[in-house]
Amino acid sequence: MPAEQAPLLAVRDVSKSFGAVAAVRDVSFPLYAGEAHALVGENGAGKSTIVKMLAGVHRPDTGTIEMDGAPLALSSPADARAAGIAVIYQEPTLFPDLSVAENIAMAKPPRGRFHAIDRARMVRDATALFERLGVDIDPARPARGLSIADQQLVEIAKALSADARVLVMDEPTAALSTVEVERLFTVARSLRDRGAAVLFISHRFEEITALCQRVTVMRDGRHVSTDPLAGLTVDDLVRRMVGRDLSTLYPRRSTTPGDVVLEVDGLRRDGVFRDVSFQVRAGEIVALAGLVGSGRSEVAQAVFGVDPRDAGTVRVHGRQLRAGSPRAAMAAGLALVPEDRRLQGLVMDASIARNVTLPRSGALARLGLLFGGAERRAAAEWTARLQTKYGRLADAVSTLSGGNQQKVILAKWLATLPRVLMVDEPTRGIDVGTKAEVHRLISGLAEDGVAVLMVSSELPEVLGLADRVLVMREGRLVAELDRADATEESVMFAAVGQRKREAATTGATSAAGEQPAEKGVEVAL
Amino acid sequence: MSADSDRPAATATATAAAATADSLADAAPPAGGGRAGPPAAGRGARQGPGAQLGRLASWDLGVVVLAVLVIVVASASVENFGTSRNFTFLVLDLLPIALIALPMTFVIVTGEIDLSVASTLGLSSAVMGSLWNHGMTIETIIPLCIVLGAVLGAVNGLFVTVFRLPSLAVTIGTLALFRGLALVVLGDTAVADFPAQYTNWVTGTVGGSAVPNVLIPLAALAVVFAVVLHATPVGRWAFAAGASEQAARFAGIRVGRLKFWLYVVTGAVAGLAGVLWTLRYSSARADNGSGLELAVVAAVLLGGVSIFGGRGTLPGVLGGVVLLAALQNAMRLSDVSNESLNVVTGALLVVSVLVPNLIRRTRAAVSRARHRRPTPLSPPLPGS
Repeated sequence: MPAEQAPLLAVRDVSKSFGAVAAVRDVSFPLYAGEAHALVGENGAGKSTIVKMLAGVHRPDTGTIEMDGAPLALSSPADARAAGIAVIYQEPTLFPDLSVAENIAMAKPPRGRFHAIDRARMVRDATALFERLGVDIDPARPARGLSIADQQLVEIAKALSADARVLVMDEPTAALSTVEVERLFTVARSLRDRGAAVLFISHRFEEITALCQRVTVMRDGRHVSTDPLAGLTVDDLVRRMVGRDLSTLYPRRSTTPGDVVLEVDGLRRDGVFRDVSFQVRAGEIVALAGLVGSGRSEVAQAVFGVDPRDAGTVRVHGRQLRAGSPRAAMAAGLALVPEDRRLQGLVMDASIARNVTLPRSGALARLGLLFGGAERRAAAEWTARLQTKYGRLADAVSTLSGGNQQKVILAKWLATLPRVLMVDEPTRGIDVGTKAEVHRLISGLAEDGVAVLMVSSELPEVLGLADRVLVMREGRLVAELDRADATEESVMFAAVGQRKREAATTGATSAAGEQPAEKGVEVAL
Repeated sequence: MSADSDRPAATATATAAAATADSLADAAPPAGGGRAGPPAAGRGARQGPGAQLGRLASWDLGVVVLAVLVIVVASASVENFGTSRNFTFLVLDLLPIALIALPMTFVIVTGEIDLSVASTLGLSSAVMGSLWNHGMTIETIIPLCIVLGAVLGAVNGLFVTVFRLPSLAVTIGTLALFRGLALVVLGDTAVADFPAQYTNWVTGTVGGSAVPNVLIPLAALAVVFAVVLHATPVGRWAFAAGASEQAARFAGIRVGRLKFWLYVVTGAVAGLAGVLWTLRYSSARADNGSGLELAVVAAVLLGGVSIFGGRGTLPGVLGGVVLLAALQNAMRLSDVSNESLNVVTGALLVVSVLVPNLIRRTRAAVSRARHRRPTPLSPPLPGS
């Protein structure tokens, strides 16, 4: 049994912080040769940070990564490759204009006479690799146009050509069809059986059981457990993934939802999401939950009009909203606090005052002229309401902390006096204190009659704030859960497309909360 | 980067959470606020009312001061530089560059470029000559040429905003296309017999003074463009679009529409510049203003506008135009050869792009070094 041997690669007490946010804290787990190891956890649990440390993209703040018992210094992806660690991402990173063989030989092209690249040998090598993997890809064709699945197989061939002993796969199956997944697994299994250690990250439990022998669960950047997979149920894993104490207190509101304000019907964007219909009432907070990549942010952006939509209608107070026009959405009273603060939410180089007043610069102008004074006054008023901390309003917004940047974005949109506020990951990457402030703010707005649609990957936030939870999976709304029915488990089960098995045996949740949670949860196996 | 900027969050919000009163944050800047901040905050270290002005205006102000310095020194040391006659010529020489630099500043601020302006000027000039040959009155021709410029600008705008092609490629293409059309229209002939009333006005001065007539519309346009760029919503949109197109779109700014109209205006101004060029030399030729686009872009960049968009001031650009024109004028008067002249202006350009970048990088490096030391949770410095 692999368990008795020394681990091929060991992650030991590794920590990594980004500013005040600790992404990974004291995590240890071993990878054994000839074994596939699953790494599971919610969004933001720290899985990707672990992968990036193994890939040499990030360096651990403390702790070590050991191979054959000796510590590795991985300060660049080249170091990781040299150490025999190959990483395959959800989105392969091939050079589209080079041939498949060239991509495989990129790191160490075979040299021929006069040190020139030996193209014939390159193609021969690639062909041999594909034969070993049992896949049929023409090594001479360009990488452009290959399906994601084929691109991943090329990545694996690349890893093989570098004699990788550790294969890390970061959600490789997210974009694959069932057949493609099976083919990928066949290749991964054969590598595993030849003595490679595989680290596999996925949200799909059936894939984990199909491939892996051991599983490590992470939660909030910490290591929860590492066990052989045999003997563990899906329920066990989900409970370990989400089973945290609700340390943050969420403001409870006495909600009496008013009229329907936002009405989305049959919204579709080809290849991204489809059949999305929901309503948000005045004074109601509706959460849009689901895994990263399930299409939540894209729905919010299509509703707001920054993204196009291919079908469906959006109505605000019964009036239909023109597609693809954020300006029309703003005029109708919509506001969107986007997911990516630095790219979408703020003009980082511009001043705080300019950022706060940007959506309203037209309204603030007098006789077409806009002077700094009007902007400063408006910005001072709204930043003060949100208790934003800054030096001067003329400072570039990039000088602020993440939490205060988020407050600037909120100030920017609250100043437009929205009737529908859409917030996408409102507390991502900000510290606990500011998080609580943002939560109070959102619930205060709902009390004032604003209809709130909140996209969030943080389950405690979803459960603590939302009156209703909509769950998306793979571009579709798969569940709608009332506040009473929404539990960490029910939301997670809907998000990963797993039916809760052995429901009666779990004692973690109240029996009352479980039965209704099953309603509307689509079973996909 | 994101890691760094999150660091002060803990301190800032610890204060925030503690502060129950709804205090006006900006009335009394709180300790440890934005200034404890990350990368870009190297500047934040300099406090005080003058610091911000100094930071924002440093390069532009430097260019303006340098331009004045060149004029003063040249007036004292270069023969004939300080004469009223030379002043008139200086203004006439910089007129087309200054004129086109006004809308070009907008275009570059939004992160785009228009290299077809000189060809638009040439085509405008050629059409002017051709129409004049066909017996049309000058009063009809002039507005037509401006409209023509606007249409040519709209072509650029269409390719850049609707078809989403890179403006560099599009306008290099139209640079050749418009110049080619000018040759089609007028061939290698020249039209010279424009009414003296108009040509004299363009080369003349206000009531016998040294101030050229054309300086008045130029100054008026400069004021209009400066006000629009720095004190209207359109200007705010332009800066936002150039600094971060995505953030601008998320703020409801119609970036495509804005850019389209900027190209139209640029074309119209280039058309007008073609008319003035033709009248000044009393000669409509297809090759009028060849290569002028580089002088315009050079002046705009020298004036402190970032080629990547989002940064720059119009006074700085005018300073850049005057600096380049005065330098060239003084060197010509000193019998410096054309080759050396090109070397000097070329070197100046490289320096103007290099120096601000070096300054920014040094500042960033200094502030990184400064902010690496404190531990993430160190309390805010009292009284800082």
